[in-house]
This record gives sequence, C-alpha cells and structure tokens, in this order.
Amino acid sequence: MRGATHAKWAALATAVALAATACGGGDDGGGGGGGAEGIVSSSWGDPQNPLEPANTNEVQGGKVLSMIFRGLKQYDPKTGAANNMLAEKIDTTDSTNFTITVKDGWTFSNGEQVTAKSFVDAWNYGANLKNNQRNAFFFGQIEGYDQVHPESGEPTAQTMSGLKVTGPQTFTVKLTQKFSTWPDTLGYAAFSPLPQAFFTDHAAWVSKPVGNGPYTIQSYAKGSQMELVKWADYPGPDKAQNGGVTLKVYTDNNTAYTDLTAGNLDLVDDVPASQLKNVKADLGDRYINQPAGIIQTLAFPFYDPAWNKPGQEKLRTGLSMAIDRKQITETIFQNTRTPATDWTSPVLGEAGGFSSTLCGDSCKYDAAEAKKLVAEGGGIPGGTMKISYNADTGSHKEWVDAVCNSINKALGNTKACVGNPIGTFADFRNQITQSKMPGPFRAGWQMDYPLIQNFLQPLYYTGASSNDGKWTNAQFDQLVNQANAETDQAKAVQTFQQAEEVLRDQMGAIPLWYQNGSAGYSERVSNVTLNPFSVPVYEQIKVS
Amino acid sequence: MGRYVIRRLLQMIPVFFGATLLIFLMVNVMGDPIAGLCGDRACDPATAAQLRKEFGLDKPVWQQYLTYMGNVFTGDFGTAFNGQPVTELMSTAFPVTIRLTIVAIFFEIVIGITLGVLTGLKRGHPVDTSVLLLTLVVLSIPTFVTGLLVQLLLGVEWGWIKPAVSPEAPFNELIVPGLVLASVSLAYVTRLTRTSIAENKRADYVRTAVAKGLPRRRVITRHLLRNSLIPVVTFIGADVGALMGGAIVTERIFNIHGVGYQLYQGIVRQNTQTVVGFVTVLVLVFLIANLLVDLLYAVLDPRIRYA
Repeated sequence: MRGATHAKWAALATAVALAATACGGGDDGGGGGGGAEGIVSSSWGDPQNPLEPANTNEVQGGKVLSMIFRGLKQYDPKTGAANNMLAEKIDTTDSTNFTITVKDGWTFSNGEQVTAKSFVDAWNYGANLKNNQRNAFFFGQIEGYDQVHPESGEPTAQTMSGLKVTGPQTFTVKLTQKFSTWPDTLGYAAFSPLPQAFFTDHAAWVSKPVGNGPYTIQSYAKGSQMELVKWADYPGPDKAQNGGVTLKVYTDNNTAYTDLTAGNLDLVDDVPASQLKNVKADLGDRYINQPAGIIQTLAFPFYDPAWNKPGQEKLRTGLSMAIDRKQITETIFQNTRTPATDWTSPVLGEAGGFSSTLCGDSCKYDAAEAKKLVAEGGGIPGGTMKISYNADTGSHKEWVDAVCNSINKALGNTKACVGNPIGTFADFRNQITQSKMPGPFRAGWQMDYPLIQNFLQPLYYTGASSNDGKWTNAQFDQLVNQANAETDQAKAVQTFQQAEEVLRDQMGAIPLWYQNGSAGYSERVSNVTLNPFSVPVYEQIKVS
Repeated sequence: MGRYVIRRLLQMIPVFFGATLLIFLMVNVMGDPIAGLCGDRACDPATAAQLRKEFGLDKPVWQQYLTYMGNVFTGDFGTAFNGQPVTELMSTAFPVTIRLTIVAIFFEIVIGITLGVLTGLKRGHPVDTSVLLLTLVVLSIPTFVTGLLVQLLLGVEWGWIKPAVSPEAPFNELIVPGLVLASVSLAYVTRLTRTSIAENKRADYVRTAVAKGLPRRRVITRHLLRNSLIPVVTFIGADVGALMGGAIVTERIFNIHGVGYQLYQGIVRQNTQTVVGFVTVLVLVFLIANLLVDLLYAVLDPRIRYA
C-alpha cells in the first residue's frame, strides 16, 4: 500500500536525523583545535602549486617548506641576517666562483645523508625547463642556466655547467657575473636540498614530502589539512619546541579568526581586515603587528608613450606628493601598514640598506607642491588617470579609491584619478605581462631574501623579471652592476642606495607603504613570533 | 512512461553540451590563467609556455573544448593547477556537499511542509500570522547575515557548536550550516504549501472525503496533502541543484570544503579544468533532479499520464 511506504520513508529519515544529532552530542572534537599533547593548530590556505622547493612561490606552500626544509643558509627570525645552517663555509675570491662545503652529519628524515649531491641534483632539477618549476629563474645566475632553461625551444643540457660536485660534502658554483651577496640568497626555499626519493618516486614524494627540517609530515589531506610532527632526530640547532603543528585550510580567513576567538584554533597568521577594529579587544597582547618584507607601490606603464615623455618625472613626483599615506594607513589599514620612506623595507635595517629619509619630501603629503609639480610635468595624460588593481582579493579597492580621493583633493580636480578594477588576479597579471595597462597600476613586492638587491634589481633593472612598468635608466643599471661586483658588503649596500636615489629622482615607481605581518594566537601557546617574511616561526612556539 | 523517459534523456544531450560549452567559453574569456600562477611577478616566458602546453592552453578554444569533452567521456576531468586530478577534488568535495544538501532538504521538507500544512489549515489564526511574519523576516535577510550571526551566537558566544566544520564534515556538524543554507528555501516551501493547502481545502474531493466520514488525519495526508504537494515538489526538486551549486556563501562561512569552495577557488585561480568539471557535474544533477520531479507528478496525481 502506497501510504504505508510513505510513512516508512518518513520514519527512516527521522531515525537517520536523530542518529546524526545523537552522535553529535558526545563528540568533543578530534578535529578541533585542542587536540593532542603539544600540538599547535594553525590556519592555512590551500597551496596554489604542487609542493616542491623550486615550485613554491606563495606564502602558504612556503610555510610548509620552512618547517620541513633547512638550506645552506637560514635567515635569523628576528634580524633577517643570513646565517650558515647546512653550510660549513662558502668561499670566494672573485665573487663569481664559490666553493661550498656542506656540514657533515645532516640527514633527511628518511635517514638519507645530506651531501653536496643533494644540493646539486636539486638545483639542476629546479632549473630544468622540462620540470616546469615556477621558481626556476632563481638559478639564472649560475653558468649553464641558458642550456637547461632556454628562452625558447628544448633544453640542450640536463645539468648546469657551473655546478660541480668536488667531494662528498663539497661543490663549486660558477656564476655568469659578479654577485657578491649571492651566498646570502641561499636561504631561500628554492635552494633546499632534495633526497634521492624525490627523483626515484616523484609522485609519492609530492603527496607526502620528505625534507631535512625540524618537522616531518605525518599526514597530508590536500586542500584540507596537514599534520606535521616534531622530528625527534633532527640534527640542527633549531629543534621544535612543540610536539607538532596541524595546518588547517580555511575557506575564509574570517572563519579562522572566529575559530580562534571560540578557542578552537591556536594561531591565525592573517588577521582579516574587517576584524582589525576588534582585534585588540579580542586578543589583547596576543596580537602581533610587525613590519614584514613587503612593500606596495604604484607602477607606471613606461611602454605607453603618453606616460614616457621627458620631464614627466615631475608629474610622477607630484602624484607621489598628492597621496596622504599617513591618513590612508591609519584609517583604511588600522596601522597595519607603515608609510613608505624608501623603496626597500624596514626589515633590512639601516645596515642592510633601509632608509627613513631617502625618499624625503617626495613621499610627504604636500597638496600645493603636488599641484604645482603635476602642472610643470605636463599634467595627467588625457586628463584622467586610471589606477588598475585586481578586485578579487585583498582590500585593494578601498585603498585605491582612497589614493584617488587624495590625489583628486590635492589637485582640486574630481576627475584626475579613478580606480580601474580588474576581475581576477590572473587577468590583472595577464594585462600587465601583455603591457596593456591604461595607466598606473598597483604593484606589490614580497622579498625573497632580506637583501636590498632583492628590492631593486628584480623590479627596476632594465628588462628584469618583475620590471612590470618597463622602467629603464642607464645610470641605475650601471650602479646596480657596480654594487653587485662590490666585495665589501657595506660598500655594496651604499652603492645600491645610490641607485635608489636615481630611482627617486626619476620616480620610477611611487612607494606607498610597507606591509606588516599580522597574527593572533590563543592562550594555549606562547613565544609566537613572525619572521621577516611574515611567516610564524613555528619551531619556537611553546604549548602550555 | 518508458518512451517519455527516453525522450527526456535525449533532450538532456543538447542542454548538457550547450551548458558546458558556455562555461568553457566564459572561463576562457577571462584571459590567460598562467599569468596568475607566478604571484606578483611575471612567469619567465619559457616556463609559462611550458605550463600552457601542460594544461593544453596553447591550442585554440574549440580544440580545447573538443579534447576536454573527449576526455570527460573517458572519466578524465583534467588536472587542477596544484597537480591534483579534478576527479580527486570531486571525490572529496561532492560527498560533503551532498551531505549538506541532504540536511538542508530534510529541514525544508520536515519544517517547511509541517509549517505550511499547519498555517494552511488555520488561515487567519494567530499561528498563521506569526509564521507568515517569520518567513517574511527570513526571506528578507541575506544568507550571509544569517550565517555569520548564527555562527557568532552559537559558535563563539554560547559555544554550542564549533564555528568551523572539520574537513571530514560529518552530519552532526552540518546541522546548523544546513539550516542556514535551507532557511530561504524553507520559507518558500512553507508559503507554497500554505497557499496550496488553503486552496485545496475547499475542493470537492476533500468535501467528499469528509462526508464519507474519513478520519481527519487521513483526509489531510491522503487527499489534501497529496494533491497540494505538486508545486512544492517542483520547487524542492529544482532546489536540489540550486543548493549544491549555490552553497558558496554558506560553505565559506562555516569552512566547509565542498563544491562551493572548490568552485570559488577554481574561479579565483581561473582554473578552467576545475570550474568546467564541477559545473558539468552540477548540470547533470540539475537535469536528473528535474526529470525525477516530473516523474514524481504521476505518483502524486494519477491523472497525470506520460505518453
């Protein structure tokens, strides 16, 4: 009978629902934040690319690499100084040929020795075009890179001629040109050593990476969670102070923050903009807000004849002076940004090349002077300039509108500046690489390693990889070359600053503000700090 | 009946191809996805070309579409940018979203129809007025407001639930998100049922049933409700697809790693393979749900015959 069947179904559904709710009552959360003894739970985002040292260029994948890998150098979490880690010594007499000795006694967590070969094989793999590594260009200074990674066509060699294993623990590197601070770049994750297992069973390695750092990966559910545990036999000096770290992927950083305030999560390393107003009340001194090696600038399309006329440096300087950086960083960013005073970052320190005076008046708000300089520089091309940004992530719309407001107010012209949102980041990057920007556009730079070179050369050197505005200046290029050839580090920094002065006089890009790393943590954990890359120093976190 | 089903299944083919082609073109119009893969710096041209080749993006769009459709029929939905096969993403995302949808539909049916019958039978009664008012409130508040509010109150202030759902997403953790997801549809179901019941209450067959001396419960469930459910079933059927595809907001708020989250990631990263793959499956769900609804009509009202 049909009626009876209906009733049966309804009863069944109710029973299922009741069962589901009932088993919910007693569960107090293996999946929750509390969890096992000494384990820190931390928010995470889904890494965009496969997890390989030379293939990871964003911060989410970088977090994992910082836990499971140690390279030749390690950046000091506080000062950013590049200290030897696996490197016994790195010798050079001419800043071109380097002899590297790898410390004895280090192993990967699978027991394999870390030898000179572990590095040379890893670097050759990273540079080879066939392996599609996003960070291949990091090996671009090594001799023979052209053969394994030609601009077009197939590679003509499998290994770089500039890399030679000379002993079990020693190898030599030959660069194509002088680069005195090159050893300091070796703390970047792309230069990590790789075990043989990586090459013999690549698929298995990628699904559960094996490294030589203070943690090992216990389980990895792609897109949702990674459990890392302390590696008891880790031979390095920076052993983990906790039992492990569980990285949990959150769909939204707001949810992660809510979970932190509800006591289900220990660490959030990206406090959402919308919560900045409450964060002091919610967390008190468990909120960290400190400078990171990130600077935001406005770049100009120098490939567009309208924006590349002689005398327009006055226009650009005028625009820079029309932006009230202080007000915008206070009201829109709640002081999680610091007005820029040069083109580097405070994390470098004065000795590393940061200057609080280099930009000087050109970066100070002065409406009258701005109006005068813009007029002397020939005015804004076409009468209205569009500042392009991607509208899908971050709070770019808010600050671009504020910058335009500030410019319009200073120039006394409501049509001087408008925002130009572009739907997705991919499309934004696409238009940049195709040199199609209709006017100034937002540019962000997160340092790869704490060197002044990294803030200038990739961004403003003629033809450099991230010189998106295609700015070019012979004097700047020459000073950069000179600085790279300088064997004395202090002199090198000084020469880089001279180059930066050229950049300032031409206003090749308008520096806006330095970005801070922001994090919050629960009462369960202590000793939480962010390194200069705004990544938490996981191994130092203590669990009470 | 059999011929009707076959005809309907055949009709699905052009709809299926049209929908996937549209999605394919829409994602492609957004530009070159490789440009976004290297972060705030340009990919070096050689690597970019290599990646384009790997994901088949160097070919004309029509050719990409043909290859893609060819692969789909062998069960290969391509690879996401992080190296995971899209089928693997689906196998983790769909079960979660299906569970969430089941919870939501369950609430729609149980709460929605109960309230609808109650108010439909007692029109003008205070119960009717208050339920009407309540559904109006629910309808006028956007889901993300309800979601965030519920999360804040139940999750943070009172601590009854966890604000974020764990990756495994068991049924018990999905009750509150499911209720939030169902809220708007639930209000519609209530109102639809109420109107339908109120209309049919005065129908001849109900009067006859009452006159025959049938018990009140039997009159309501077997005669009144069954005939009143046709518009409601139509709505709920269409809602299955809408809930699965439209869960983006709810899934984001409650940290549910389901279809909505994967779709959002795919769109932001402009990952054609992910977006087209998930939408293809959603289109199929939509079509099948609609077919089932049409077939259910005959069960509810025997006068409806399929030729």
